[in-house]
Amino acid sequence: MDLDALTGCLASSACLVTQTTSGFIIGMLLFLVAVGLTLIFGVLKVVNFSHGAFYMFGAYFAMTAYQLSGSFALAMLCGAAGTAILGLIFERVFMSRVYGADVLMQLLVCYAFVLIFDDVVRMIWGPEFKSMGMPAAFQVAPLFIAGGVVPPYYLLLIGVALAAAMILGLGLARTRIGKVIRAAAHNPGMVSALGINTGLIYGGVFALGGMLAGLAGALAAPVRSLTPGMGFSVLIESFIVTVIGGMGSILGALIGAILIGMIRSFGSLGFPLFTEGLMYLFMVIVLVSRPTGLFGKEVA
Amino acid sequence: MTELQAEQGAPALDVAHAQPKTRRNRDLLIALAVFIVLALLPAVFGSKVLLDFVIRCAAYGLFATSLNLLVGYTGLISFGHGMFFGLGAYGFGLMMQKTGVAVPVAFVATLAITFFVALVIGAICVRLKEIYFAFVTLAFQMLIHSTILSWVSLTGGDQGLRGGIPRPSFLGIDLSNQLHLYVTSCALLVIGLFLMHRIAQSPFGYTLRMIRDNAMRASFIGIDVWRAKLTIFVLAALFASTGGIIMALFVSGAYPEFAYWTISGEGIFINMLGGVTTFLGPMVGTVLLLILNDTVTRLTDYHGLVLGIVILFFAIGLRKGLMDFAVEWYGQRRNGAGERG
Repeated sequence: MDLDALTGCLASSACLVTQTTSGFIIGMLLFLVAVGLTLIFGVLKVVNFSHGAFYMFGAYFAMTAYQLSGSFALAMLCGAAGTAILGLIFERVFMSRVYGADVLMQLLVCYAFVLIFDDVVRMIWGPEFKSMGMPAAFQVAPLFIAGGVVPPYYLLLIGVALAAAMILGLGLARTRIGKVIRAAAHNPGMVSALGINTGLIYGGVFALGGMLAGLAGALAAPVRSLTPGMGFSVLIESFIVTVIGGMGSILGALIGAILIGMIRSFGSLGFPLFTEGLMYLFMVIVLVSRPTGLFGKEVA
Repeated sequence: MTELQAEQGAPALDVAHAQPKTRRNRDLLIALAVFIVLALLPAVFGSKVLLDFVIRCAAYGLFATSLNLLVGYTGLISFGHGMFFGLGAYGFGLMMQKTGVAVPVAFVATLAITFFVALVIGAICVRLKEIYFAFVTLAFQMLIHSTILSWVSLTGGDQGLRGGIPRPSFLGIDLSNQLHLYVTSCALLVIGLFLMHRIAQSPFGYTLRMIRDNAMRASFIGIDVWRAKLTIFVLAALFASTGGIIMALFVSGAYPEFAYWTISGEGIFINMLGGVTTFLGPMVGTVLLLILNDTVTRLTDYHGLVLGIVILFFAIGLRKGLMDFAVEWYGQRRNGAGERG
């Protein structure tokens, strides 16, 4: 425990800016993963335990595309589109078979794919750590805000994540397809009876969730190292985020992700060894005081 | 056998409807017989590998069977049951390393610690429903794991409890002797399974099944659901802790992985593999998983790939654990409705 470091940082504007920014980028990446998770849970009522794998695939796809083409934009596109397709296939071929079954069976299918996907990545890209490297366009001098260092790439990352949150939120609230998705989450039988193909909606939502996780992975690829199994810690953290925010709530995922980002960022100063413990402690406190999360609704 | 059953000609149901006392005696005899067979194994096969295998089966089997008291019997899907496995291993290991008390004293003291920890954590967790219960247990598990990692001066952090666990002999039992450890592990396994079977077959066990099937109905007829769930949570924790103690004795140490959530994940997996509706399903699952792990690790580097495909076979192919599948198949073949419970 190192509380002096924490109080020292809180007193310095430079440190405050640096830590807040780093809290934000952790939070924004987590949000992109967690919002997919929460969407899939909200509509399909499936806890997608293999969601972290999509984050991992997004990162690897982006890295490969970047190495082949040298284009950052194409890398992001490949990361997002590749995982969307993967999500669609995964849902249609495997998950759709266990919808009626026990929750445990669904978890087991996902758990199986966590193991399988990690080994597939190991086969294709090798077991060692990889790095994509920062694209040339962002290899510029960092910005200084109130004495704190903020790399320009961080701003792009936060901007893209916020844009995704806005598009998703507005899309679900305002568009026709958004309304159909919400209706399917509420009463799939009725939606199906109205002549709408619910299988298509389920596949689409799963693909969308996979795409968001893949986008997060692609965005993280330049700043994090890539390794098989990288999806796992992200998965656990995004579970914490969705649970804190309330399963199925997009706003909850956003707030939860920022809170967890800040806990990680500032916690690593004050409690270097217990940073993870802080997150779990926070989760326990939230769940004990609000059993369905901050923005969760009691679902029967 | 009642006249009604005699008329129906359902010998498969005999056991469940036998007099409680004779049933207990029968269970006791079976337990004794199993223990004698296990204890005589080393005399027949002199292989150390086999003994090690059975000791590991005892540790994981107690853990997995106790988890099934929650998952299969009560419908409480705990993702954090492994915390009690880790707690048992660390509690026992630390007690032996730091205090130098006798083994039985450390054993009882570890169970006492587990009891209080489980009581506190359980009191918080069992209020929550389904998926939130799963996640809050997971959070507690990770909290304990993080504490083990960060409390370096006590637990050795990520290095684990090293330097070996002293195992002074007591009552003529010397646990540093592999044969003695083997027989002791077998005894703990058989006693643990016997006690858990008694719990599952008791009126309390049937109360648990009722809570699993319809908690609201149970509470309407006057059952204190919260208290019943808490009781089974604590009882299951004690057996999981015993599994952890066996593991600590076996490896002569304790490692953070024992308290990591993957232990809980494996426990759930073992249950699904073996089946959750039969009492011995988790034991079958344990043996299967350990054999599978050992062979797959020897044959290929892509251990997860093979294991994952096997899991898929069970989840999508059979849609149930092996014992469940076998019991159902047997029931259908006999053309009688197999009793679930």
